Amino acid sequence: MDNFIHQFVAGLANGGIYASIAVALVMIHRSTQLLNFAQGEMAMFSTFIAWALMQSGFGYWSAFGVTIVVSFLMGLCVERFIIRPVAAHTRSHLPLVVLFIGMLLIFNSMAGWIWSYDVRPFPSPFPDVRILGGYATAHQVGSILITLLVVVGLYLFFRFTSLGLAMRAAAQNPASSRLVGIRVDLMLGLGWGLAAAIGAVAGMMVAHVLFLEPNMLGAAVLYGFAAALVGGIDNPWGAVLGGFLLGVIENLLGTYVIGDDMKLTLALVIIVAVMTFRPAGLFGVTMVRRV
Amino acid sequence: MAAISDNTAARVVPPVSLAAPVVSGALRTGGLSRLERTGLVLLLALACALPLLVTDYRLFQATMTLIYAIVLFGLTILTGYSGQISLGHGAFYALGAYTTAILIARLGMPYWATLPIAGAVCMVVGFLFGRPALRLQGHYLALATFALAVATPQFLKHKSLQGWTGGVQGITLEKPSAPFGLPMTPDAWLYLLTLFVAVVMFVLGRNLLKGRIGRALLAIRDHPTAASAMGVNISLYKSLAFAVSALFTGVAGGLGAIVVQFVAPDSFHPLLSILFLVGAVIGGLSSWWGPLFGAMFIQFVPNFAEDLSKSAPWAIYGVLMILSVFLLKKGIAGALEGGWRRLTRSRRSSSPTAGAPTSGTTPSSETP
Amino acid sequence: MKRRTLIVSASAATGLAALPHLAFAQKKYAPGITDDEIKFGQTGPLSGPASAYGTIGRVQTAYFKMLNEQGGVNGRKLNLVVQDDGYSPPKTVEQVRRLVERDEVAFIFNILGTAPNVAVRKYLNERKIPQLFTAAGASTFGDHKNWPWTIVLQPSYQAEARIYVEYLKKTKPDAKIALLTGNDDAGKDYVEGVKHALGPDSVKKHIVAEATFESTDPNTDSQVLALRGSGADTLIVHGVSKWASMTIRKVYDIGWKPTFILTATATSVSGVLEPAGLEKATGLITSYYLKDPNDPQWANDKGFQDWLAFMKKYYPSGSTGDQLNVYGYTMAQALVQTLKQCKDDLSRENIMKQAANLDVELPMLLPGIRIKTGPNDYFGVEAQRMMRFNGKTWELFGDLIGQN
Repeated sequence: MDNFIHQFVAGLANGGIYASIAVALVMIHRSTQLLNFAQGEMAMFSTFIAWALMQSGFGYWSAFGVTIVVSFLMGLCVERFIIRPVAAHTRSHLPLVVLFIGMLLIFNSMAGWIWSYDVRPFPSPFPDVRILGGYATAHQVGSILITLLVVVGLYLFFRFTSLGLAMRAAAQNPASSRLVGIRVDLMLGLGWGLAAAIGAVAGMMVAHVLFLEPNMLGAAVLYGFAAALVGGIDNPWGAVLGGFLLGVIENLLGTYVIGDDMKLTLALVIIVAVMTFRPAGLFGVTMVRRV
Repeated sequence: MAAISDNTAARVVPPVSLAAPVVSGALRTGGLSRLERTGLVLLLALACALPLLVTDYRLFQATMTLIYAIVLFGLTILTGYSGQISLGHGAFYALGAYTTAILIARLGMPYWATLPIAGAVCMVVGFLFGRPALRLQGHYLALATFALAVATPQFLKHKSLQGWTGGVQGITLEKPSAPFGLPMTPDAWLYLLTLFVAVVMFVLGRNLLKGRIGRALLAIRDHPTAASAMGVNISLYKSLAFAVSALFTGVAGGLGAIVVQFVAPDSFHPLLSILFLVGAVIGGLSSWWGPLFGAMFIQFVPNFAEDLSKSAPWAIYGVLMILSVFLLKKGIAGALEGGWRRLTRSRRSSSPTAGAPTSGTTPSSETP
Repeated sequence: MKRRTLIVSASAATGLAALPHLAFAQKKYAPGITDDEIKFGQTGPLSGPASAYGTIGRVQTAYFKMLNEQGGVNGRKLNLVVQDDGYSPPKTVEQVRRLVERDEVAFIFNILGTAPNVAVRKYLNERKIPQLFTAAGASTFGDHKNWPWTIVLQPSYQAEARIYVEYLKKTKPDAKIALLTGNDDAGKDYVEGVKHALGPDSVKKHIVAEATFESTDPNTDSQVLALRGSGADTLIVHGVSKWASMTIRKVYDIGWKPTFILTATATSVSGVLEPAGLEKATGLITSYYLKDPNDPQWANDKGFQDWLAFMKKYYPSGSTGDQLNVYGYTMAQALVQTLKQCKDDLSRENIMKQAANLDVELPMLLPGIRIKTGPNDYFGVEAQRMMRFNGKTWELFGDLIGQN
């Protein structure tokens, strides 16, 4: 029983990792209707920037802050210079997927080129102690709290600020939004910037657990997508819940049922199953296409 | 049926994508001008004569290029024609390769007989995968196929299959030599065999697409609502596209296994699937020649890029992918064909055009 | 006038063409070898996820550069041609074929990885080209009967596993062992090795749990928990860079204190133990055959000082804390020894023969360990020393285990 609790908590901890990435993915999708395959690599790159700042003397929280700002700007630029020129002219997904793959490759190889492929430890802002009766570390709980904080912040932002409202409108109905004077392009850019910033936070939390290296988030992104889909691709709360669910299920199934070496296959099956049978996820809204 | 889509239901902007249908160029109406026909024959003759001109090592590279071209042709059918994005074709390549390897190594089958079987197995799996996939659009399909690509190596390493797959250490195969004691090196023989298979598959594929199936796929890609309203069985055709695409890739995988003489899970990492998409896009999705150019690109660029910098190859792919969306919209093949068309403009003026957008159309800048 | 020059040049050309048969009669050369140069090839992961191992090729290139400045080997310069294979076997095949058929190298040296080596093994053996010192410890590379042209120097994973079992038999005969290994060839070899060394009757008695991890797993927490739950009091972990670090950290964090054996694949203090937390790694046991460059006990050792001076002068961008740089250096020295022994008979047969005829102690090998190969013994290093981590460095203890 004790072991079971440990596995459960470990699953939650992993789930926290997936959840934080999933939130960034949801963020992009909400504002742009796109699945950004390069999200993981961008987050990893941001984390390296944070690391480099800390190496040159910044403290943890100042590096954290600067990285968030830099990542926000990075997301803004990507949207403005790479995505927008293409997305404006086509409804086909192929060029966008191609762009995302291109960015994935570039961010990954740039990180490898600049910082090499050596594995580095990344500090945690939380003390290195065990809490909750010894089942979890402070970092695990702390990073989950930060993820929740981000989600709450997003919720409040979208629900109660006019900017948030404008962003939602721009995503749902660009045509009408323009008519009422919303600068749709700017909203899209902000959406990307925000997603990049959230990704940076996720990366910095996760790096302590996964260790920082260019391929840190390669597989995690897939788990993040699975989590986001399970929770409903437009719903940050869903993403968090999806992440936890995925983490726990994966751990428990892996330990007790299917074996350690099928976890990724499990993620694949979940992705395909959700998309086939319940595309809106647990909490999303089913989009019906009018014909 | 409810499908995941962007909620821009009322939009009727004709989608302009990287993949205008393959109706440009001389093969459009099936009638080749004499000049073009001669050119094609010369090219084929040159290809057949290659073993006399280059070393075995170059033949090996040429064979791999042809193999990649077959894969990319399959991918073009799926993505260019049917508009479905796959980031998981490495999985079918692996499936074809392992089918061949297992048939040869464990069941003693002659290598040439394994190719149709590899193709058939992949075709069935492709069809089965295409069924749920048909409900997915754009990004979602890309994601599902990417998940497939990532899960493949793990799957191949699984203990339960180890007796067949050789587990992590894989399967080593014998290199076949020319049959009937023909006076050529094994590399030359494999090259000619691959060339033969490539030409056959190309002709088969083209014929398939020129007919009703091709038109149905184009209709589904560009105006799915209208197509469905006109009675086109969307699910069937989409799954068929997947199946045919997988067939091509599977045959290529089988050839790859024979030529490299080795299969192992490490050979089929997820980046391979990405590489295939890169090759297809950069080669050009709107031309019959795209797959060949794309294949040459992915075969030879790493060798050049290495001299620049060791991490260069993937960065270069990334940059080129992005550039291709902005500049080389139709890939290398498209750019070349544009030039060719300008040269031979006078001959073109009377040829009919098929309905859907061709390379001459500028991207619609209709604002919502 | 013209005709005479033609005849003169024709006879001169014929004469020159005949010279090789006269002047070089007592020297035998493989392709790629001349009076001045020995050209040989290697592929490695210079790009892609495994490119941290690319430093092996770089440190070796630097070492040969140093050697060439000192005159080379028997008057010949060593020319190592390294190609990138991205750790992908089909690419390895292509690059090796290029090295052999286009660059015409004499032999292949120190390719990294089990699958890449297996991929080209048949090709090289069929053409009788030496595949020297595979940078992969799978025991199949010492199979001299089936693959007489392939040889490995580093201790095989199975031999290493045997060492741990020997150690346990002596110190903890009732051990209840749990195994955590990567789902790859090395991991499987370790498991095989442990079971083999225990013997079929003892396996059931001693091994109480097994688990594997993937390179795509976010961490090994779940596996560690499961293994603890089995009641094991001994843990053998196949170390792979960051998963080793994670495992060390997790074991400590859950308060489990088994006899913790970490395989030699991940014993780097800076690369593995520091990220985990040095205090969490205290008490870890491993075995190794090379000197750890981070270990202060070698500060005054001549071999170490030579290596350090070499690194500073010829490979300043390389990390002096990276064990891979010691490994590459030592393999290079083993190659130099082989070539020295060849003297002027640099045919491929003789190169292979000398590779299988080594008995040498190299400066960065731990004291007492020798590289010894023979026509029926294609495993170069079979002895290792056990080490225990004391919170700062690895401390050697006990005698040599395994024989040379």
